[in-house]
Amino acid sequence: MSGEIAKTFARAKARGEGALVAYAMAGDPDLPRSVDVFTALVEGGADIVEIGVAFSDPIADGPVIQGASERALKAGSTLKRVLDEVVPEVHKRCPETPLVIMTYVNVVMAMGEERFAKLARERGVSGAILPDLPPEESAGLRASFDAAGVDLVPLCAPTTPPARAQAIAKDARGFVYCVSVAGVTGMRAELPPDLSQRLDLVRKASPVPVVAGFGISTEEQARTLVAHADGVVVGSALVRAAHADGPGAAKALCASIKRGLKR
Amino acid sequence: MTTETPVGRFGRYGGRYVPETLVPALMELEEAYAKASADPSFGEEVTRVLKEFVGRPTTLTPARRLTESWGGAEVWLKREDLAHTGAHKINNTVGQVLLAKRMGKKRIIAETGAGQHGVATATACALFGLPCEVYMGALDVERQSLNVFRMRALGAVVRPVESGSRTLKDAMNEAMRTWVSQVSDTHYVIGSAAGPHPYPTIVRDFQAVIGKELRTQAQAAFGKLPDAIIACVGGGSNAIGVLHPFIGDKGVRLVGVEAGGHGLDSGQHGASLTLGTEGVLHGSRSLVLQDADGQIQEAHSISAGLDYPGVGPELAHLVKTGRMEVRTATDDEALAAFYEVARTEGILPALETSHAFARGRDLARELGRGKYLVINLSGRGDKDVATISARGVPPPVGVKA
Repeated sequence: MSGEIAKTFARAKARGEGALVAYAMAGDPDLPRSVDVFTALVEGGADIVEIGVAFSDPIADGPVIQGASERALKAGSTLKRVLDEVVPEVHKRCPETPLVIMTYVNVVMAMGEERFAKLARERGVSGAILPDLPPEESAGLRASFDAAGVDLVPLCAPTTPPARAQAIAKDARGFVYCVSVAGVTGMRAELPPDLSQRLDLVRKASPVPVVAGFGISTEEQARTLVAHADGVVVGSALVRAAHADGPGAAKALCASIKRGLKR
Repeated sequence: MTTETPVGRFGRYGGRYVPETLVPALMELEEAYAKASADPSFGEEVTRVLKEFVGRPTTLTPARRLTESWGGAEVWLKREDLAHTGAHKINNTVGQVLLAKRMGKKRIIAETGAGQHGVATATACALFGLPCEVYMGALDVERQSLNVFRMRALGAVVRPVESGSRTLKDAMNEAMRTWVSQVSDTHYVIGSAAGPHPYPTIVRDFQAVIGKELRTQAQAAFGKLPDAIIACVGGGSNAIGVLHPFIGDKGVRLVGVEAGGHGLDSGQHGASLTLGTEGVLHGSRSLVLQDADGQIQEAHSISAGLDYPGVGPELAHLVKTGRMEVRTATDDEALAAFYEVARTEGILPALETSHAFARGRDLARELGRGKYLVINLSGRGDKDVATISARGVPPPVGVKA
């Protein structure tokens, strides 16, 4: 366990808040300027920053993050460059904020699981989320991550049966990422009515914090969810704001959602 | 003999690398398929539809003039082009749509490259009364307009995919994204022997009817098993279908032919077995065309069906363990083979299949006289006439134009 993630959730809880896990795409619009976006997320109140690393075939992502992936790849983003040029700079500017890499398993496999875990840890990464790596396929990779001190955060889906969700939660590292809607990433006007019930179930089984993600973009949604989760993940809405109106817009959106997370 | 391990692995390859949302659906599919396979009435129904509707068994045709012209092994053609809808793809779609009905699914989605799988899926959906949506790369929509019309005529919706290289890979991405959001009532009919477990197994099993028929037909036609079987490989469904029943027959050489595109040195090809490296694409670990950073590269082939940067995991395993040989044929070689087969045997093969003929000639000569070579004629070329005729038509044979 990296430890930083647990401490961060504990600090937010002590302040009477849910944690905001904020996502942006490294390399969008280019590597140096994405550092400014990540910094803005933290200035806006993000407790944990998810650093997206682009993949050519992002099957779990909707149009907003697909677009960001394409821009990042065009700008020359690679996992190696993100670890060399983005992560250290964000870590320097925001030393208290745990950084979590979010990418697809092929990108990590191409670098080598052990090499990635070691390098990521050295650069200041606390965890990783790989949305196309379900528990059945993750044993070997997770052992490497554990050895290096990088938390492999598991995902639970709306389609995950209760017993499986409990098993995933019991064995989790870092936090449990509960996918709110059956679908790809992207803003939704409405979240499923059974979401709070599913969050309660996972939370009861989980030794680590539980967050809800996918589809969340407003202060109001955050306010509803904070009763059932330790935090929320916001991605597409921040990526869109940063792309359309710059880091300041992403910062403002973080601040707004953070207001919703106050209990 | 099976090359499959209990967890959906073929040696190092295979597995189930998908978002958690899909895992329960894949488990449900695995269980439903196991139950259906154990139920004789399911197999009987598939067999009945393949006979009554698809026209199976397909013929094993002696290619007498090609044999004479090539001057080597005796060449025989397994005629999947004669299956209803004009390609082997229907073998799998009939099976999967029947399975989807058994599972109580209300709608069907599919991806397609050349459009043959899309047409075959739309056909099975029309036959069994299920709504059908087909995701197709926008570039493929342009170059396979005949098949786009056929799908629409059959009542399906064709959804052009504008992302990435606008080909099969991107169509598969979009189909998977759609499936994630509609997984409870929708069955995704994958057409290649690729994708997450259990798809490579299911597609192989439904396509293995080709090789099973061939065993019987070869015995009847020339009194023994073939000395070699050759098939084109994109994702690999026709290849695994014709080759799989012969894996245990050491005397039978199994040969796949990949898209050489503009040549292996050009970087524009679809040769994932030949030049790919280990990676995860579309839910399974296999050999893929990718750069050093794990980004999937765009494939190229004149034939939309071979224009794919991945390949089924079982084929990757068969190649890496040395049981299967791989060769490549370029766009130009495939085109030349198309005309050679047309004018020598009176058959217009699909451009995909033409790759198998291009290397079939070399193989027939290597084998020599007295040996038997079977070429899997995976599909007919009608869908490709626009692509081919745009490059001009060679002069007629034996008469003045």
